[in-house]
Amino acid sequence: MDNNSLLTIIQDKLTSQFGSDFLSAELVAEYPTFIVKKDSIANVIKFLYDDKELAFQYLTTLAAIHYPDNQGQEFAVMYQLHNLPKNLRIRVKIFFSVNDLAVPSITSIFSGANWMERQEYDFFGIQFIGHPNLKRILNMDDMDYHPMRKEYALEDGTRKDKDDKMFGR
Amino acid sequence: MDAIQKSKIELIKAPPGIEGAGFFATSLDKAVGIARSNSLWPLPFATSCCGIEFMATMASTYDLARFGSERLSFSPRQADLLMVMGTIAKKLAPVLLQVYEQMAEPRWVLSMGACASSGGIFDTYSVLQGIDRILPVDVYIPGCPPRPEQVLDGIMQIQKLAQSETIRRRSSPEYSELLNKYGIE
Amino acid sequence: MSNNGTDIIEKEYNTLNLGPTHPATHGIFQNVLKMDGEIIIEAESTVGYIHRAFEKIAERRPYYQITTLTDRMNYCSSPINNMGWHMTVEKLIGVEIPKRVQYMRVIIMELARISDHVICNSVIGVDTGAMTGFLYIFQMRERIYEIYEELCGARLTTNMGRIGGLERDFSPKVWDLLDKFLKDFPPALKEFENLLMRNRIFMDRTIGCGPITAERALNYSFSGPNLRAAGVDYDVRVMNPYSSYEEFDFMIPLGTSGDTYDRFMVRQQEMWESVKIIKQAIEKIKKEPAGIFHADVPDFYLPPKEEVYNNMEALIYHFKIVMGETEIPKGEIYHAVEGGNGELGFYLISDGGRTPYRLHFRRPCFIYYQAFTEMAKGAMLSDAILTMSSMNVIAGELDA
Repeated sequence: MDNNSLLTIIQDKLTSQFGSDFLSAELVAEYPTFIVKKDSIANVIKFLYDDKELAFQYLTTLAAIHYPDNQGQEFAVMYQLHNLPKNLRIRVKIFFSVNDLAVPSITSIFSGANWMERQEYDFFGIQFIGHPNLKRILNMDDMDYHPMRKEYALEDGTRKDKDDKMFGR
Repeated sequence: MDAIQKSKIELIKAPPGIEGAGFFATSLDKAVGIARSNSLWPLPFATSCCGIEFMATMASTYDLARFGSERLSFSPRQADLLMVMGTIAKKLAPVLLQVYEQMAEPRWVLSMGACASSGGIFDTYSVLQGIDRILPVDVYIPGCPPRPEQVLDGIMQIQKLAQSETIRRRSSPEYSELLNKYGIE
Repeated sequence: MSNNGTDIIEKEYNTLNLGPTHPATHGIFQNVLKMDGEIIIEAESTVGYIHRAFEKIAERRPYYQITTLTDRMNYCSSPINNMGWHMTVEKLIGVEIPKRVQYMRVIIMELARISDHVICNSVIGVDTGAMTGFLYIFQMRERIYEIYEELCGARLTTNMGRIGGLERDFSPKVWDLLDKFLKDFPPALKEFENLLMRNRIFMDRTIGCGPITAERALNYSFSGPNLRAAGVDYDVRVMNPYSSYEEFDFMIPLGTSGDTYDRFMVRQQEMWESVKIIKQAIEKIKKEPAGIFHADVPDFYLPPKEEVYNNMEALIYHFKIVMGETEIPKGEIYHAVEGGNGELGFYLISDGGRTPYRLHFRRPCFIYYQAFTEMAKGAMLSDAILTMSSMNVIAGELDA
């Protein structure tokens, strides 16, 4: 089926199942993208997994994004799902504020989300509730900040041997 | 049948010394130097892309074994040359230091690639900007990744260092001062 | 003795650290194993020993400089990463690449796939003790390196191609080298196969070693040869074709039980299929008008140097591209290619600035390595080592 009809079908199903938790649906560069409320994300993904017609049973990836300029909606998490037999891909997004970083974990649905969520916790500090082992995965365990947030610099701030005048900073 | 071809293999020449009927006298330094330099056993500490170029150096086209490095030792106790190849993250630095400390004297360190020599293109919060922040390094091989010919050149420089080193160097006060600068006992 | 065999014997488990540096782990990752003698009860993985913060670096580099970063992810097959990134940016700016360029990209990507699978399969051989196959087949990889050198100047971290095409046309020497390679590689691969494929010892070691069922593999988001060895025919080249792959005729090899032997065989057969694809691509290129090697995107593709020195317009374009003053459209793009290890995805959010706002790499190695603890449970230590090396975990892609 083409992307437009897929968009309307999923929009209808999500509205009838979740009502006000479902916020919007649009096609972004040929990708059906749905925005839902943060606390219902695990239920939405489980619904998309179990539904006989939709059956999105492959998690392609999940990534977090930091928008420091959006007051109240600084963080977003993006999930990409794939229906392999019918070759359908969709994206589900949630937006939330920096003061409320608790997101339901989807590890119980997809075992592959385990390390993906740990990576986003490591980089952004998002707390995934229900995750079996939420600790840092790629950075050092004793690091005390979340490096991918926009306010932190790329370089190591503790270096003394680099002269900023020569490096054009 | 054609004339038998003279062998192209060159053996190591004897060092300058006094020769006679049934004896050969030279200084101990030179004899030990020849033995050490022609049988360096490397410890390939391969982390990333430079490791694949090292595999190409070890394979048949650019054979590393002809230089005496036939046996790659992964145990630090049995290795002479620590070849650090690839990016060293700050998370891995204590591991590298532990491997270095386990090696027995005499030991040499070869830093292969831009990442090991100075952090390379990764000027980030998580990458150690050069292993010479934690270890004394003997030879640096620049490149990203260096060609196998460059790696062989670096190993030949280590061979020159091993050949010309005095046997007292490792127990001299200057050497312990060098190690103390890095905090290694 | 007298209670009918219900004596409880106190057991104590060994903890073994298969540390970050180990000859058998091809890459830097650590596994702390809890062992009952030789059998592994539990394994705990630690990764991140080569974390280089690619996603953060990408927020600081202009689009054409990120190609050098993508090289260093799966460094055994860097051209595939490069081409995947270029295709992502081309999708963002909405550029149509000429057919001839697409076929040339297909040739380069299939060569890279052969190069990656050669490493993986020969290293599986080395881990079972068979060093000869590694030495024989690595000479063929030197040939592939020669072709890369002719194309872009580098052997391993190629930084090949540009946004909009390739930086130069294939020279006559490249066509010669390709023809020689296609003549010499099949007999060499057959020789390598004869050493291992029906070798009694190899089969005994690898059959039944580290299996995974298709359901568990899909739940862990496996992709690539590891998933195809479990029996699921998911190949991005067929499912979401890019760069004209839909015009090529090739087979997707599948395994049945997902164990090490199946993974070895799937990769082996994929190399034969890649040779077929390269031959077809060479035939197709002959039918296209000669000389085209890039699309017409003056805003992103650097003009030729002679024009830059003589022509005002070309000089301005050159300046704008290098200083990052070109207009980059805003957008949110996801593009996936079939890398050597599976679906390599690029999720790019652009806000119109000269560097990406967010670039997330969907790295197949990172995702499927999670399953290693499950696959190694109950296996002996040497089987766990074989499982790890047959999964082809490349540290650069694991930690990024």
